[in-house]
Amino acid sequence: MLTIDNLTNEIDGKPILKGLSLAIKAGEIHAIMGPNGAGKSTLAYTLGGRPGYEVTGGDASFDGVNLFSLDPHERAAAGLFLGFQYPVEIPGVSNLQFLRESLNSQKRARGEAELNGGEFIRLAKEKAALLGLDMDMLKRSVNVGFSGGEKKRAEMVQMGILDPRLAILDETDSGLDIDALKIVGAGINAIMRKPDKAVLLITHYQRLLDYVKPDFVHVLAGGRIVKSGGPELALELEREGYAEVVAA
Amino acid sequence: MTALALPTRRDEAWRYSDLDALASVWPVPDATRITVTAGQSAHGHLLQDAATGAAAVHDYVIDIADGGRFDFHLLNIGGRLGRVTFAVTLGKGSHFELNGAIIGGGDQTLEIVTQVTHARPDATSGQTIRSILGQRATGSYLGSINVARDAQRTDAFQSVKAMLLDRTATANAKPELEIFADDVKCAHGATVGELDRQALFYMASRGMDPATAKTLLLKAFVAGVFDDVSDEAVKDRLEAAAIAKLETLV
Ligand SMILES: Nc1ncnc2c1ncn2[C@@H]1O[C@H](COP(=O)(O)OP(=O)(O)O)[C@@H](O)[C@H]1O
Ligand SMILES: [Mg+2]
Repeated sequence: MLTIDNLTNEIDGKPILKGLSLAIKAGEIHAIMGPNGAGKSTLAYTLGGRPGYEVTGGDASFDGVNLFSLDPHERAAAGLFLGFQYPVEIPGVSNLQFLRESLNSQKRARGEAELNGGEFIRLAKEKAALLGLDMDMLKRSVNVGFSGGEKKRAEMVQMGILDPRLAILDETDSGLDIDALKIVGAGINAIMRKPDKAVLLITHYQRLLDYVKPDFVHVLAGGRIVKSGGPELALELEREGYAEVVAA
Repeated sequence: MTALALPTRRDEAWRYSDLDALASVWPVPDATRITVTAGQSAHGHLLQDAATGAAAVHDYVIDIADGGRFDFHLLNIGGRLGRVTFAVTLGKGSHFELNGAIIGGGDQTLEIVTQVTHARPDATSGQTIRSILGQRATGSYLGSINVARDAQRTDAFQSVKAMLLDRTATANAKPELEIFADDVKCAHGATVGELDRQALFYMASRGMDPATAKTLLLKAFVAGVFDDVSDEAVKDRLEAAAIAKLETLV
């Protein structure tokens, strides 16, 4: 589904990713762990096409399409979803407006029929309920006045509504207390654990992986994947720290 | 009597204007006079959507008697020069409220010029102006508030925000206060900004195409200007014209 080959990039002329390769197949859940500043968010933003994150070498193909030939909104229409480490606030634009325009933009791009108001509200209610987010929150401006945990839940409601095929979730677990973590974990499983979908979970901590069990775990350090393994690697990292594991 | 001489740029109220365009319609028609009698409420609106290349100047002289109230809604979007001015005199305990939007592109010069005189005590006034300027357009708000010596307990505010869509667009905001009373509250704020890049990327990451995303942010920016238009048909017309104009700029 996603094949990243020897990817290098720069931010403001500073190299961050230094030859990163990774292959994710449909039906798989991958976790990327790594120390602060390793380049985890940079990888997510680069795949999402954030301006300023310049690709200087390598490729990424998404279902055979060169990801970097698509604009960010085209990547989303192709089925990519980016969960933000720091979700953005948009005063004056309600979550419902934001999501309906987003979903219908995607549908237009794919040549599908748009959802009317009633159909959209039913979908939004269903996904909000799945994540235990009050519908009233969705009437408010995007992320404005939301707590850290509410922002992360709202992002997962967005993911449920947009129904992507590949989700790259950047520290979706940060800011969540243990109850919210359970709900968000269950939400990710319900929305994304399907044979034709895949997830790349970026996290600092093992705890999200107790709820969303990865098939593969990778360690990102210094802009590269330095080690890959099964779920046991996450436990090893938790126990021994990155320095030990990376050096071994 | 000979016609008034064409203003020059040395004239403060015309310093950002398009005097060539003005010359084509000079001398401008007489001001519209509006008188609100004591204790009465009245409202008005203007959709300034003159044809491309035309020059339109609208002057209002408004007197609000003791305890009166006047609300005005303005959408200034048309012409090569579109200029709307208000000279307002407030009686005791009266209120004046202006909600205005400027939306300009091309080589347009769009201006709102206000002179609000609190002549007597206990009057209040509010001015909220939102400007969106693209391409080589210039949008200006020149607003002076004059508080007379015995106009105690005056409460006046000016809130002016501009959004520039291109580096070649210009926004001018000049709030001015001239206060001769001592017990007075005057608040004014003026900001100039651009579309939030982070928000645009967030919207794109959800699949929104750039034109839809920009339009949504710009609608949010001007939202509120026409919220309290009492006549629904007028409100719809102003909002629809604002959105149609926005869509030409994104
Ligand atoms: N916008 C930016 N401008 C300049 N440097 C950046 C920017 N974003 C990230 N970096 C740098 O890139 C490196 C990787 O950061 P990041 O991808 O956020 O790491 P992680 O998510 O793994 O903690 C860090 O050295 C960071 O300082
Ligand atoms: Mg990060």
